[in-house]
Amino acid sequence: MSQKSNWPLWEVFVRSSRGLSHVHAGSLHAPDKEMALRNARDLYTRRNEGVSLWVVRSTDIITSDPDSKDAFFESPQGKDYRHATYYKASEGVKHL
Amino acid sequence: MAPTTPQEPGLSAVPSYEEQQSQSRFDALIGDDSRIEPRDWMPEPYRKTLTRQISQHAHSEIIGMQPEANWITRAPSLKRKSILMAKVQDEAGHGLYLYSAAETLGTERDELNDQLLTGRAKYSSIFNYTARNWADMGAIGWLVDGAAIANQVPLCRASYGPYGRAMVRVCKEESFHQRQGFEILLSLSRGTEKQKQMAQDAINRFYEPSLMMFGPPDDQSPNSAQSMAWKIKRFSNDELRQRFVGMIAEQVKVLGLTLPDENLHFDEEKKQWIHKDLNWDEFMNVIKGNGPANAQRLERRREAHREGAWVREAATAYAAKQEQSEVA
Repeated sequence: MSQKSNWPLWEVFVRSSRGLSHVHAGSLHAPDKEMALRNARDLYTRRNEGVSLWVVRSTDIITSDPDSKDAFFESPQGKDYRHATYYKASEGVKHL
Repeated sequence: MAPTTPQEPGLSAVPSYEEQQSQSRFDALIGDDSRIEPRDWMPEPYRKTLTRQISQHAHSEIIGMQPEANWITRAPSLKRKSILMAKVQDEAGHGLYLYSAAETLGTERDELNDQLLTGRAKYSSIFNYTARNWADMGAIGWLVDGAAIANQVPLCRASYGPYGRAMVRVCKEESFHQRQGFEILLSLSRGTEKQKQMAQDAINRFYEPSLMMFGPPDDQSPNSAQSMAWKIKRFSNDELRQRFVGMIAEQVKVLGLTLPDENLHFDEEKKQWIHKDLNWDEFMNVIKGNGPANAQRLERRREAHREGAWVREAATAYAAKQEQSEVA
């Protein structure tokens, strides 16, 4: 009964205050970028949650494949020498 | 090997090796109390259950705007009007967060919207009761939103990531809804005798329906066990109802009013609240569409959608025109 609108989906990123990164807040449908931005303001910043907004068409986001995630993120596995906690001999030495 | 009847692909009763692998990874994530994300493999019944639950939840928020929107023009002060408008805007926002979450499971927004408009989808039956007077705004905020919050807080930890994240946002915003309702009742209860009676009358009418918002008793709720195994639901209907009734039994004292449940008490031995028997026949009847306002709510929703058609068309046409001029 309703006419299908098929408006594109947009992902919304909000910067909550200066000095912080934009963080993904959610998504919404809108016909164009201007409406996407206005709708994002109304939907995701009704309580001063943001000082800056990004909207990105969902289809423009490139993602890693969830099915191959183990292989894709394999490289850091077993390389715990990349963390400071790996180095035990120097424990107790001040300011190190 | 003896020839067997050829089976249609996909109808095999024996899961393939890949399916078994995917299922055990899904089970491990649920077992670890981790989260399932949109592009992960998930069993079809899990996807269906979530799509139904999240979209029904979204529809409830959208239909839930109506009983209160109805009182915006008649709110007793400018402040109350502003508060009510903010609350109705929140309900619209909550509906949109939830539709987005439901869409990540693969059903498009237009389809979800259509399910509501054509009456194929359900929404919380509480919104099929009418809001007769201003005191009802208080009772709805305190009892209806209160019950909703009791239901929703554990959903913030639902195993499906997008649902949990939407609920975190909803719960943060919802807490003012219950307080403003309580304060409406508090003002009335401190007013004239007639105002006090209004508040009591509203509580009397919304008490039972709000307790029924948690759904049928555990022994009559066949799908609950599966939802709990999937960690969508964290507590049973009766557990949540117990928690809620315990809270409002205390809160009503602050109002100097009473709950319409004379024998409500905490049974020390059973460690549970004993409340009156709820009218589940009425509950089922309202769900089936025979509540006081079912037809009215749906018709109002359809009307709003029809009346908005020209706005959607204009926005679509403008977007197409803009795109063309950008290309040119």
